[in-house]
Amino acid sequence: MSNVKKFMYINNKAPYGTIYAWESLEVVLIGAAFDQDVSLMFTGDGVYQLMKGQDTKEVGIKNFSPTYAALGDYDINKIYVEKESLDARGLTVDDLMHLVWEDEDEDWAEKDSIRVVTSAELAEILDQQDVVLSF
Amino acid sequence: MAAIELDGKSYEVDEEGYLLDLNQWVPGLADIMAKDEDAVLTDAHWEVINFLREYYEEYQIAPAVRVLTKAIGKKLGKDKGNSKYLYELFPYGPGKQACKYAGLPKPTGCV
Repeated sequence: MSNVKKFMYINNKAPYGTIYAWESLEVVLIGAAFDQDVSLMFTGDGVYQLMKGQDTKEVGIKNFSPTYAALGDYDINKIYVEKESLDARGLTVDDLMHLVWEDEDEDWAEKDSIRVVTSAELAEILDQQDVVLSF
Repeated sequence: MAAIELDGKSYEVDEEGYLLDLNQWVPGLADIMAKDEDAVLTDAHWEVINFLREYYEEYQIAPAVRVLTKAIGKKLGKDKGNSKYLYELFPYGPGKQACKYAGLPKPTGCV
């Protein structure tokens, strides 16, 4: 397709308490049908959206974190996490879910989707986008 | 609110016939929903229905048709992972129709 645009979805809020994280994920999944070049970035409290072992029983909200693992199936494999945001919260990439995608061209080899980048690198990536949506 | 009666139990569905509470689902409901649309469920249908339930269990969403097609091809073989095969089984759309029979919500991204 000739008119593929680069879409970036910014996720900057904690997963529960507001509807932003889930809405963002739904928009991403729906938008995936349009064959665009999609990236996601997680900054600030948004990094908590990707935490391992989420349990929402006590708050009575559906735990939608397993859905992030489906992103690879939707050909979404550029998931940027800001290093400074992880550092500020005492987190590392090991605290996050292990998200992968399967490369059909390499006999379904599993590859990592999450890339930890500095805010300077993120700024450059953002600069290359055609459409930026912030949640 | 519409409901399906099965073995003395009542199962609530929405205006399009999707089960409201997916935890209530029993296989018999799929047969009743299919009959309503003049379809008869074969093993081939059940392969897809069961696949969708497993997918939902793991990812908490019903996959888009494109994703379903690819995943079916990987799991059940290339001859089944194409839209021709899936549309033959589910002429109203593999996502919409099979998800309904599986007791799942309408797929995310189903426009």
